[in-house]
Amino acid sequence: MGASGTGETVLAYDEAMAAYDPVMGLEVHVELNTATKMFCGCPTTFGAEPNSQVCPVCLGLPGALPVLNAKGLEGAVRIGLALNCTIASWCRFARKNYFYPDMPKNFQTSQYDEPIAFDGHLDVELDDGTTFRVEIERAHMEEDTGKSSHVGGATGRIHGAEYSLVDYNRAGIPLIEIVTKPLVGAGDRAPEVARAYVSALRDLLRALGVSDVKMEQGSLRCDANVSLRKRVSDDATSSEQKAVPFGIRSETKNVNSLRSIERAVRYEITRQAARLAAGRRVVQETRHWHEDTGVTTAGREKSDAEDYRYFPEPDLVPIAPEAAWVEQLRTTLPEPPAQRRRRLQTEWGFGDLEMRDVVNAGATEAIEATVVAGASPATARKWWMGELARQANTRGLELSALAITPAQVAELQALVDAGTLNDALARQVVEGVLAGEGGPAEVVAARGLELVSDDGPLIDAVEAAIAAHADVADKVRGGKVAAVGALVGAVMKQMRGKADAARVRELLMERLTP
Amino acid sequence: MATELTHHTAAQLAEGLRAQQFSAVEVTRAHLNRIAEVDGDVHAYLHIAGNTALATARSVDAALAAGEQLPALAGVPIAVKDVMATQGVPTTCGSAILKGWVPPYDASVIRRIKDARMPILGKTNMDEFAMGSSTEHSAYGPTRNPWDLTRIPGGSGGGSAATLASFTAPLATGTDTGGSIRQPAAVTGTVGVKPTYGAVSRYGLVALASSLDQAGPCARTVLDAALLHEVMAGHDPMDSTSLTGQYPDVVAAARRGALGDLGGVTVGVVRELGGDGYQAGVRQRFDEAVDLLTAAGAKVVEVSCPSFTAALGAYYLILPSEASSNLAKFDAMRYGIRVYPKGVDDPTAEQVMAATREVGFGAEVKRRIILGTYALSSGYYDAYYGSAQKVRTLIQRDFAAAFEVADVLISPTSPTTAFPLGDKLDDPLSMYLQDVATIPANLAGVPGMSLPAGLAEEDGLPVGLQILAPARCDDRLYLVGAAVEAALTSRWGGALLDRAPSLDREAV
Ligand SMILES: [Zn+2]
Repeated sequence: MGASGTGETVLAYDEAMAAYDPVMGLEVHVELNTATKMFCGCPTTFGAEPNSQVCPVCLGLPGALPVLNAKGLEGAVRIGLALNCTIASWCRFARKNYFYPDMPKNFQTSQYDEPIAFDGHLDVELDDGTTFRVEIERAHMEEDTGKSSHVGGATGRIHGAEYSLVDYNRAGIPLIEIVTKPLVGAGDRAPEVARAYVSALRDLLRALGVSDVKMEQGSLRCDANVSLRKRVSDDATSSEQKAVPFGIRSETKNVNSLRSIERAVRYEITRQAARLAAGRRVVQETRHWHEDTGVTTAGREKSDAEDYRYFPEPDLVPIAPEAAWVEQLRTTLPEPPAQRRRRLQTEWGFGDLEMRDVVNAGATEAIEATVVAGASPATARKWWMGELARQANTRGLELSALAITPAQVAELQALVDAGTLNDALARQVVEGVLAGEGGPAEVVAARGLELVSDDGPLIDAVEAAIAAHADVADKVRGGKVAAVGALVGAVMKQMRGKADAARVRELLMERLTP
Repeated sequence: MATELTHHTAAQLAEGLRAQQFSAVEVTRAHLNRIAEVDGDVHAYLHIAGNTALATARSVDAALAAGEQLPALAGVPIAVKDVMATQGVPTTCGSAILKGWVPPYDASVIRRIKDARMPILGKTNMDEFAMGSSTEHSAYGPTRNPWDLTRIPGGSGGGSAATLASFTAPLATGTDTGGSIRQPAAVTGTVGVKPTYGAVSRYGLVALASSLDQAGPCARTVLDAALLHEVMAGHDPMDSTSLTGQYPDVVAAARRGALGDLGGVTVGVVRELGGDGYQAGVRQRFDEAVDLLTAAGAKVVEVSCPSFTAALGAYYLILPSEASSNLAKFDAMRYGIRVYPKGVDDPTAEQVMAATREVGFGAEVKRRIILGTYALSSGYYDAYYGSAQKVRTLIQRDFAAAFEVADVLISPTSPTTAFPLGDKLDDPLSMYLQDVATIPANLAGVPGMSLPAGLAEEDGLPVGLQILAPARCDDRLYLVGAAVEAALTSRWGGALLDRAPSLDREAV
């Protein structure tokens, strides 16, 4: 949905960087994966029939009141702790007042000047292995809004639509908004930092088990604020550069993939640079990202004075997490992703590049589980980065969405190691598993893919091949050992692939060499 | 027979039903007949739920015949303020914007009333969204005071108070944000209690100002109020601000108070809630009540609560602020009326919202939404909403200090008796002053009661005595209230309402 915008004039990235220093602020909204909504007992299942998961509370019916979901609070505190934040000892919800049809109460129950978590950081590893520290301003709790679909009109936006439909299933789903401090000093790596930050945050949230973090389903959404200031130093981290006041920022909304985040930030830098270079101003506004054309277009103009009339939510009591409870939650935190990655790399004996590819492919968890199930790290990597990555790619799926489990991959590799399957047969077994024919052993049995390990039929085939290709056999006898490949091929064809090629070669050589 | 049943107290009805002297259906029918007879003049009801009330009554009669143990007020009918979401029954809050809205769920307090097997006679009139002190701000026309049909019955719960004073219900519910239970009780010669904030669940009460709203009982006697209080109060997990822990036994307190002995009780007269601005007849009846308390053995002292003079100002910042946000949901998108703007071919959602709110809200509601929107605006927040919250803290401290020296505090409930309809409609400030004595309790969350103190000499209209107690000490209201009531009824030789004009057609 959404028509593509037409891009503005942009400056080449290098030119933009020569003249300007980018400053970013990233706001990430994470839907928690609690079973019920933030302030009522409605289920949160994604993709249910529209308006089937609603009640008086999340529909904002007159008289209904919110009650805080304890699991939502727990998730918020764990996220805050994992981001090295201070957890508020006392804080409140606040009402953010504005009118919009997908907001049942015409105010969003959120937090304002008393967030549950504040002043943290996340260390983010960049492609070259260096680390960039992203300072976290705050993480606060709020509720999601309903979802509007605008039908008719040219843009798919509310303006110009013939009518709009609102699904309130999403209204009241717990959200945590994580806001960075202004990210300075990234220089020309700003787009990469943005992508690496959201990627690291996604890994962290996944490891915490608090969210599905599916960007394509909107359970993790990113808004990118970008501004440019004059470059006064080659070193983006120098004190003179840091002393330059920030420029006017744009806010690009709902950028929904890691790749898009990098592209959107990059585009905004080149767009704003072109304006500034031409002596024009950057407008403070909301912008929309267009995945297809790779540009942003202007949305609502936004001023700092936009007045949400925040005030403390009188329908909810203040939250005062007990220190002992917070400390108990701290013990439930997973190993930080960067640390974990380094540990696994050492344990697995992967090179830096190998490990980076694994991480970028999102295969770390799968490989780890496959190793736990008994495969060697090298074979686990070979499967997940090779055949399975290819299968996922042709199906347009993430690795984790493939219909094969790490345990099945380990089982498959065990069959290869035992000589029951060769690589080609193993790939056929993968096809079978993905097609839902059962586990590897079942597919092997059902499709009759087991290697022929009895030498009897093999010897027959070997002798038949020597007889049929006497010229080739003579070459081998004459010392051209490489020619035996053609005979192996002939035997394998005869056996319809169900033979161990190494054994076939052995049998041939026994007969053709003294 | 009918008249007799409608003039029984709730306690008498409960007793008679249990003794099977009459049936619940007879009681309900008597009230429905009385409504048909007099409510055309009084207009206390916005909606009559006769069939469901009779169905409840029949089930109570069947249970009684079968010898089942039933809750204390089973079969005693009740009228419900139209601010309470009642499943299957129109709930309008006195507003045009909710015309025709039938809630798909019950407020928790309605659930409790249904669990108590009380037939719900109907929904009572009120100032729109509980904003007002006269019930003239109802979109469905005013309720009239049964003592004088040309006068206001108080507000916002004028409908509920008027059902009691016109004997069309033995009990009613109210909500009190700044006096909406107590002031109508005062001007109709009835009893009304605002419990401690959090004692009665707010779930399903259409919110005016969330931090001030509190539902409570309306009745003709202190004991009846206690019986209903017991039904309504109790912890509710659906309301985050609902109180946990032990609730005081208000019925026992009312019965003990009726014995008339207040020995050991210290009563504080609040200096700031009286004197100038209070009608002479109101002051006279109040002074008599003080004498009467002394006679009953109470020690009476004067206390000062200096911050109370700032209460009205703080209240008219906090209430509109919260109300402006609470009323934002009325936007024509999901329920209530929908109005399309005139002369606009293809209106946007925002234009429909604006047109609906323009037509659907009355002037007083708009006035307060504008006030609240302004008070919460950035740049004004600290000066208005922020300062008002500080005043609120000061008022809480004044109460705390006063309750160091006194067990309960007393004052007149309202500065005047019922004024003529239309008298203050063009003067919102003088209307707001009606609540000057009742507002501090809401700002501090403490409980308060109004009960009849007699008639003012100059106009022969009812005067209310207000009793205030510390938070969670609602039982003290009933102890002292019942003692005052016992002394006064014995002095008058009967209930004050016995002196109210009969509204029977043949008597007119
Ligand atoms: Zn819900």
